[in-house]
Order: sequence, then C-alpha cells, then structure tokens
Amino acid sequence: MKPLQPVSASARALYGVSFFVLFVAVWSAATFGGFVPPLFLASPLAMVGEGANLLIHHGFVFDIAVTVWRVVGGFILAAAIALPLGVMMGAYKPIEAFFEPFVSFARYLPASAFIPLLILWAGIGETQKLLVIFIGSFFQLVLMIAVAVGGVRRDLVDAAYTLGASDRSLVTRVLLPNAAPEIAEILRMVLGWAWTYVIVAELIGSSSGIGHMITDSQALLNTGQIIFGIIVIGIIGLISDFLFKAANERLFPWARL
Amino acid sequence: MSKLSIEGVGKLFPARRGAQPTRALTPTSLAIADNDFITILGPSGCGKSTLLRVVAGLETASEGRVLLDGAPVTGPGADRGMVFQSYTLFPWLTIEDNIAFGLRERGAPEAERRDAARRWAERVGLKGFERHYPRQLSGGMQQRTAIARALANDPKILLLDEPFGALDNQTRALMQEMLLGIWERERKTVIFVTHDVEEAIFMASRVVVMTARPGRIKADIAVNLPHPRPYTIKTSADFVALKERLVEEIRAEVVGLAH
Repeated sequence: MKPLQPVSASARALYGVSFFVLFVAVWSAATFGGFVPPLFLASPLAMVGEGANLLIHHGFVFDIAVTVWRVVGGFILAAAIALPLGVMMGAYKPIEAFFEPFVSFARYLPASAFIPLLILWAGIGETQKLLVIFIGSFFQLVLMIAVAVGGVRRDLVDAAYTLGASDRSLVTRVLLPNAAPEIAEILRMVLGWAWTYVIVAELIGSSSGIGHMITDSQALLNTGQIIFGIIVIGIIGLISDFLFKAANERLFPWARL
Repeated sequence: MSKLSIEGVGKLFPARRGAQPTRALTPTSLAIADNDFITILGPSGCGKSTLLRVVAGLETASEGRVLLDGAPVTGPGADRGMVFQSYTLFPWLTIEDNIAFGLRERGAPEAERRDAARRWAERVGLKGFERHYPRQLSGGMQQRTAIARALANDPKILLLDEPFGALDNQTRALMQEMLLGIWERERKTVIFVTHDVEEAIFMASRVVVMTARPGRIKADIAVNLPHPRPYTIKTSADFVALKERLVEEIRAEVVGLAH
C-alpha cells in the first residue's frame, strides 16, 4: 500500500461491503458458537426475526415515522433560525462579537441534560422532543455556518468590490454562494448528530418512537429488538446522508471541480 | 488634464507588538493621462502593489490623495476595474456570469448582460467556454476571463497587479499581446504593475520604475516604440537598449537591498 494512492470504485465498494460481512460473521460466531448467552446478545437471525415481529405485529413503522418526524422537524426549526443568524455573524463582525461568546458557551451544554428541564417546561409531548433536537443542533449550526461564511477568500471580496458590488450584494452574491457548499456539508453533519439526541429524548418520558421501543425491549430483556432498533437508526442515517450528498452534488457542481 | 492624479500618496503600516511601523510607500506623486498605458516596475516589496491598491480604493493611504477625473477616490468602485495576480474568478459562476458580474450589479437587463459576456469572451479568445466554470480552465484562460470581467464593466481605468505573474513564459507572452491588442483598439487608461522588465516595456507607453522598500519613484521613462507592436519588437535595437537601461535601474535597487 502506498500512502494516498486512490482505489478504484469497484474495489472501494468491495472493501466497504466486506467489513459489513466480517462484522456479521464475528457476531454470528459469538452468538451461534455459544460464546455469548442470548440474554446479553441476540444472534443475527434472532434479530431479524424480532425485527419482522416488530414491523408486522407491533406497528414499528409508526415508531420509525414518529422518530423521523421529530428529527426532521427539530432540525428544520434549528436550521431555519441558525442559517440567517450564522450568515449575519459570519458577515458582520460586531454581530459576531455580540453572539459568538454565548453561542460558544451554549454549544457545550449537553442537550440530553436539558431533558428534565424541558419536560418540566413543555411536558412529555412533541414540543419537548423537538426542543431537545433544537438545542442539540442550533448552537453547533450557528457557529459552523458563521465560520464558513467568514472564511471567504479576501481577494474574492476585493474583486467583487472593484466590480462595483455594494456591501449588501457582497453578502448575497459573494459570501453566501461561496459558503453554500460548506453550509450544506454542515447541515448534513449536524443532522447526523441530531439523530443521537432524538433517541436520548425518546428514552425518557416517551410513548412512541424508536427510542421508546428500545427502552420497552430492555424491560423485556429482548436484545434482538434493541439491536434491530439500533440498526434501523443506522440505516436511516445512511440513507439521509446519501440523499444529502446527492443533493449537494446536484446543487453545487462547481464545488467538486 | 490628467485622467488620474496620485498626489503625495504614502502608506505606513501600523506598528505591531512594539515593533516600528513599516513604511511601505514614501509619499508618491504621479499623473496619468487619458488612454495612457503605464507600467509600474519594481522589485518585490517595493510598494507598487500597495500603490495600486490605494488607487483601487482597497487600501486607504496614510497621506495624500488620489483623484480620478478630479474626484477624490474614497473606496473601491466600478469606475476602477482591477485584475489581481491570484485567480479571483467566482468559482460558483460560469465564465459568462463572471464576465457579467459587474453589469448585473448595475442592474443591466439579462439580454444586455449575455450580449456583453459573449462579446468579451470572444475578444479575449474564450468563445465556446462561456458555460464552463473557472476551475475547468487553465490559469491563462482564467486571467483572460478576469480581464474580460473588468473591461465588460467599462471602467474609466484598468488596474492590473502582476496579472501574468503565475503563468508560464509562453502563456505570458501571448497574454501580453492580447492585452496590448485590446488596449490598441479600446484605448483604455491602464496601470499595470510588474517586476518583469520585458513585460513592462512591451506594453507600456510609459514605464515608472520604483525603488526598493520603502517605495519611491526612481525613474519615469517614455516608451516611444511604434504601435501596433508585434512580439518581434522585443528583439529590436530600441527595445534592447531600453531593456538594458531598465535592468540597470532595477539591479541597482536589488543589489542595494542585498548589501
């Protein structure tokens, strides 16, 4: 192997799939071989069986839909406010100086630690779930977007001014399109983090969702269902990641040249 | 009356961490006539780029002022087009939209913008590349687009800051001919900053030589070579004589700096 030497597309796919195969193989060996008791870790087959059971008899599709809705809803809410604020902070230094210290502090506040407070304030309904996602992603988004917008090359700014750009159009016609691909990447990444918050929110005080199913299954010592729930989250994450990447490539073809 | 007058413009960069403030440019005066092609020639770090950036309004002078058509320059504007040494095309815009950037800023209608973009793309030899993105083009092509973008805006004066500095010799020679050709046709007022003696003579009607830091004008030499100038002029006796003289002027500066 030579450092940084690229691999072909087919070899890349082969390598990627083979790790999944290896992973399942080790898991099978551990469970079917009797090294781990089924009480602690269900076998892949038991997991698939429990999954089918969940989907067919327990309306798990509804739980999945509820969880997806919560993540997407809370995330869109956070992004809708974080985007304009982040752009303003990136473009205008006094605005950045005003908000940045607080946002930097707030982003280290763990979203999950807010859950008891949020239950107190908003009950255990949907509002509380959305707020957990919001708190978890909003501050991260604001800071990263501000950095992306402010990181424009100075000579592009100079060029725009010598072409007669006003301050306002510098923001709309240079800073924004310049940062757009990076902002899309940031949204993709933070959406991934939002998935971890929703499950935490559903573990406590919830009557639906994937996280709720996982807590229920724990009470029944059904590790097959727990693992199935975790894998479903992984698959949904993979799909949303893929969709985001595809959309970014279509929207910003120039960024990949 | 001169098109552009630089009156006692100097630049002092403020002191940092207890160090002395740095003088980049001693107060300099220069008058530039309409339709003149001036090259400012000097070694690296002589403040020639600083002077150009002050004219562009991208840098404020520590003293003195710049007048364009009698009006003082207070900031950057569309009346002074600029081409930079680095590649400054907007990577998210096609060549066509890059060229029309200034026109769109002015609120020109779509048809007019497209028309101007096509016309200028053709003039700088980029016909057929209108829909390409800058990163799909070579460095020379990107700089040609940058020149087209500045000129499509119809500025009163064109400022170029070592625009061909990053290009290979062959490309650079072609670019010089292209720019000179455009100037011979359009008769724009041009200030071109360079450290390349041959480049300075080939295009200029006047070469201004600057000293090493802090920058100051050392010589102001008229170039009376006939127009149009084919590239073969670079081997003519007049050209060579002028080149020898300028090389000597610059050499004195660099040697002085090294000792």
